[in-house]
Amino acid sequence: MELKDKLLSSFMVFEDRVHDQSENLNGIRNEAIKMFQDKGFPSKKDEDWKYTSLNAILKHDYSISPQQETAIEFKEVKKYFIHDIDTYKIVFIDGKYSSFLSETTHDGIDVCLMSSALNKPKYKIIVDSYYNNAAQKDHSLTSLNTAFASEGAYIHIPKNKVVEKPIQIIHFSTGNEASVMLQPRNLIVVDENSHVQIIERHQSLTSNVVLTNSVTEIFANKRAIVDYYKIQNDNQHASLIDNTYVSQKQSSHASVHTFSFGGKLIRNNLQFLQKGEYIDSTMKGITIIGDKQHVDHNTLVHHIEPNCESHQDYKGIFGDRSTGVFNGKVVVEKEAQKTNAFQANNNILVDDKATINTKPQLEIFADDVKCSHGCTIGQLDKDALFYLRSRGIPEKEAKALLMYAFANNVLESVKINAIKTRINKLIAQKLGVNLGFDL
Amino acid sequence: MLHVKNLHASVEDKAILNGINLEVNAGEVHAIMGPNGSGKSTLSAVIAGKEEYEVTDGEIFLNGENIEELSAEERAHEGVFLSFQYPVEIPGVSVTNFVKTAINETRKAKGEDEMPASDMLKKIREKAELLEIDRKFLSRSLNEGFSGGEKKRNEIFQMAMLEPKLAILDETDSGLDIDALRIVANGVNKLRSKDNAVIVITHYQRLLDYIVPDFVHVLHNGKIVKSGTKELALELEEKGYDWIKQEATV
Repeated sequence: MELKDKLLSSFMVFEDRVHDQSENLNGIRNEAIKMFQDKGFPSKKDEDWKYTSLNAILKHDYSISPQQETAIEFKEVKKYFIHDIDTYKIVFIDGKYSSFLSETTHDGIDVCLMSSALNKPKYKIIVDSYYNNAAQKDHSLTSLNTAFASEGAYIHIPKNKVVEKPIQIIHFSTGNEASVMLQPRNLIVVDENSHVQIIERHQSLTSNVVLTNSVTEIFANKRAIVDYYKIQNDNQHASLIDNTYVSQKQSSHASVHTFSFGGKLIRNNLQFLQKGEYIDSTMKGITIIGDKQHVDHNTLVHHIEPNCESHQDYKGIFGDRSTGVFNGKVVVEKEAQKTNAFQANNNILVDDKATINTKPQLEIFADDVKCSHGCTIGQLDKDALFYLRSRGIPEKEAKALLMYAFANNVLESVKINAIKTRINKLIAQKLGVNLGFDL
Repeated sequence: MLHVKNLHASVEDKAILNGINLEVNAGEVHAIMGPNGSGKSTLSAVIAGKEEYEVTDGEIFLNGENIEELSAEERAHEGVFLSFQYPVEIPGVSVTNFVKTAINETRKAKGEDEMPASDMLKKIREKAELLEIDRKFLSRSLNEGFSGGEKKRNEIFQMAMLEPKLAILDETDSGLDIDALRIVANGVNKLRSKDNAVIVITHYQRLLDYIVPDFVHVLHNGKIVKSGTKELALELEEKGYDWIKQEATV
């Protein structure tokens, strides 16, 4: 059976199981599955999917709702956490919540589970006002997630709270099924003047096939500050479609940093909606891949009101036969005067067989704006390489230093030092060097 | 120390060096002068092992060993150092970390242990003082946003740290004001010993007032057309290069 048909028939079973939940939610699910049924999985005929084919990853016979619960010892997976600082943790194993590995809270803020939020009356007001309001309704993969969504992270920060500890959301898959499809759903609502930092990671622990189709909705209300970090360093059998929607109100600052080093195929759909004035949106990324890996960044910033800014900076280093895609769209509506929108996408192709397709798209309807964009594709600078080697630094290490120098400025806006250190280590590991100091 | 024999080199099939002969012994300072495009920078890059240059004929010996097959890093491990005319910026890597990496990679290549951190620190302090380099400067990203003078001073600082046997200074004086020139030259002079040698590549006599050469060679069209002592540099300063070019044509 085709995956699409399997999903459609599974939906009926799933619907029976969750039918006691709110009517509102059932309505949302039914609409979503219809949308998915109409649209199906995207193909290369869709302009947005021209350079990313899902064919190879859709042909597996995925288990859609794994039932078996698995326990993992913390020491086995400690390395996947940012463990040198104190954090809240929301951890899932094969899509199921692991209370053992998690550290949630209801003390002034809610850092807990989507399943609770969807079922318990005390979360109803927030869920009704925010759930599925930022997600793109006519997006087939997002709709697919919406239809099946039942678990994930739920974070609500009431107004005037600075959350001191970052929150880690980690999804493990254990390989209990030969191949598994996971569809986590996260809702993050940050009220006026509040500040939160979130780290997200998906990690497969075996070589079984995993496909994750994740949806995260982030709401930053007036003057809120939200910093979101995605660490994508999964193994070669795991693929990730990440759909993240950020909806911002007046004077809020939101940033998403995406570090893509691993996985078979990664597609990041990242959208920012600016619903107010004086909003600042930042999206940055470092992609370093090799083998036959594929990473696709598809971004959208929608400038709707005046006096807002957006900053995009994506750096990519592609080795072997790896392929990269960057498709960055900036829309500036007629009312959005005095918009400052910056976009940069710089790439280095380390090997002849690596490819990158990069396409900036600017749609500007206002006349008093500052918008800039630039894409570059190049190779490592030979003179720079000679400079390093002439100091006694071997070729491999010299190349690594240059690649690091190339990607480095993306790390400057990372506010958590422990993340910077971790990313530096992952970069050194990815480049296969030990330079004797932390980059 | 260095013996260059009938060296011919080209880049992208364009011949630049047309038979250079040069012998540099330990303890000596040689100056190589010449007009723009005469091949001075090419000669230094070829000795340091830049891959884009192809040696089409001739040989380079370092301490009696033919170094043709050695990579740039291997030549560095053998004690060759090139101070660049245009040092490269490496954002995110501090001067200190860069120098540590260079020293420890060289030690690793020789089968030695890494330099103990306390020794490294002591050496960094000592050499920074020699070149009147502020400690804050050492934690800045390598060459990023450095002025021309800071870049050159940093090159000589690296030379001081790496203690090469053969140092080639490629137009180290360009972009330096008189104070920086004095500091850089003073640094180089302090590093001179009977066991190492220095090749100074320059357009102008000015630097040679501070770093006094034992021999001066004039390069023209990829060949050494005249050699002499330091008086030759003074003569060039006074008369320019035209008479050399004419002499060479005749």
